[in-house]
Amino acid sequence: MKNENKIQYIYGIADNALILGQRLSELCGHGPNLETDIAMTNMALDLLGQTRSYYQYVAQLSGDGKTEDDIAFLRIERQYKNVLLVEQPNRHFGYVITRQFFYDAFHLLLLEELQNSNDETVAAIAKKAIKEVSYHQRFSSDWIKRLGDGTEESHQKVQEAVDDLWKYTDELFHMTDDDKIAVENGVGVNTYDLREKYDQRIREVFEEATITIPETKWFQKGGKQGIHSEHMGYLLSDLQYMQRTYPNMKW
Amino acid sequence: MSEKEIKNHGAEHSLSLEEIFEQRIARDEKIEPKDWMPEKYRKTHIRQISQHAHSEIVGMLPEGNWITRAPSLRRKVALLAKVQDEAGHGLYLYSACETLGISREELYEQLHTGKAKYSSIFNYPTVTWADMGAIGWLVDGAAIINQVPLCSTSYGPYARAMIRVCKEESFHQRQGYEIMITLANGSPEQKEMAQDALNRWWWPSLMMFGPTDAESVHTAQSMKWKLKRKTNDELRQQFIDQTVPQAELIGLTIPDPDLKWNEEKKGYDFGKIDWDEFWQVVKGHGPCNKERMTARVNAWEKGEWVRNAAMAYAKKQEDKKLKKAI
Repeated sequence: MKNENKIQYIYGIADNALILGQRLSELCGHGPNLETDIAMTNMALDLLGQTRSYYQYVAQLSGDGKTEDDIAFLRIERQYKNVLLVEQPNRHFGYVITRQFFYDAFHLLLLEELQNSNDETVAAIAKKAIKEVSYHQRFSSDWIKRLGDGTEESHQKVQEAVDDLWKYTDELFHMTDDDKIAVENGVGVNTYDLREKYDQRIREVFEEATITIPETKWFQKGGKQGIHSEHMGYLLSDLQYMQRTYPNMKW
Repeated sequence: MSEKEIKNHGAEHSLSLEEIFEQRIARDEKIEPKDWMPEKYRKTHIRQISQHAHSEIVGMLPEGNWITRAPSLRRKVALLAKVQDEAGHGLYLYSACETLGISREELYEQLHTGKAKYSSIFNYPTVTWADMGAIGWLVDGAAIINQVPLCSTSYGPYARAMIRVCKEESFHQRQGYEIMITLANGSPEQKEMAQDALNRWWWPSLMMFGPTDAESVHTAQSMKWKLKRKTNDELRQQFIDQTVPQAELIGLTIPDPDLKWNEEKKGYDFGKIDWDEFWQVVKGHGPCNKERMTARVNAWEKGEWVRNAAMAYAKKQEDKKLKKAI
């Protein structure tokens, strides 16, 4: 497998962690209470930690002197390969939790397979991340239940978020050409195989939370090809501000 | 006993309780939540501990302002972890305060209505990345000097919370200074950014120690209860003497033309602090007082439906358990 294919495959996972970590870090200091604020920051820290491990490996694979920061901060928007789901804004706590829940359920299933990757570094990163992401999934599932089966207002709010974000869940399972090459070479995970378990997990939690899965058959895609929503440009303006304004400096 | 006698007896009784209490403090014994304490002691501690907790929580905002724009992944993670530590400090301190018989809701209410104060330093804006360095180095540096003596203060829950807080604060201070070192050794723009941050944060940091001893109203009582071990002016002097060489070491200049080593007192003489500015900010008219409070009130109000949901859900679960048990 060519390094370039492997790098693109890793971007498909690592960029999700970076962008979701960035979104969560916007909330630090603004949570509904201190305990939740601390927990969400923890998830941001875990995701950014995973991002660093992946990017450091990419830097090593590319062998062109690029650092983790060049990769995180100096690509153009079309080069980020995260799914549309993770870049969606923090409209309210119901959105934050639903976005997290939809991603965590996928992320955990992915990592459980990825730890068997024949690429030792990728497998090691996945193995370490499983512990963290199991906690994320517990946190977001518990909150889905609290919001869904809490008050009338919270039910309505979380259902609204589910209705809006459901259309981004299908893209999680799409495979790019690089993904397929990674699967053929035993490096990557065939995400088609995760779908059934994912749907089952969502159904179980939603049933307990009294949340209805939207009936729409129309889904959105594009992030994996670097065609993002309009939110992405603003997220990147913040993320890249310092590196763009003061190029080639050490911080 | 006549009513008068009962009253006298009561007065004598409470006097002797107070005497016992003062003796315990003099012997350096810890006062615990269930122990008898004078009402004034309780009130003073609620005021100081909550003010401290509020400062941690409001203090998350100026630094939180730079998390999404941190210049490297390493710095982003470190800053995020630092701001999270402050949330943790807020949590221990609110818990310590709650042991004095006040709820977290009441404490927030006092903050949001302006009844309770928080450290004025957080009413200044963070305008460049270098402010993350300056805050860690100077603001956390000043906070440590203020707080270390509190690790042996008389109220047990506060003293124990402070031991944890101080450990983490000294880590933050080193982290902040390390940001300044990197900038000071960097490009001309970076060095200028560092100097500019020092210029803006120096005087407000000196104000963190509070008014001069002559003006300070709480000092005498607080010394007796070991809420304070040194006066405001002594602590301020200690901070200046410790910080000036750190600035020199990295080639930054303290923005005070009157700063001069005084061999006789073995400390620095320094220029006049602008106390008008201090009082302006304390009274709510600093550059960001309104923004900070709006952010806190917003987070609290927008979180109300979430907290209500959690309570309602917990109650439903409890009811389900009960039903099963029956």
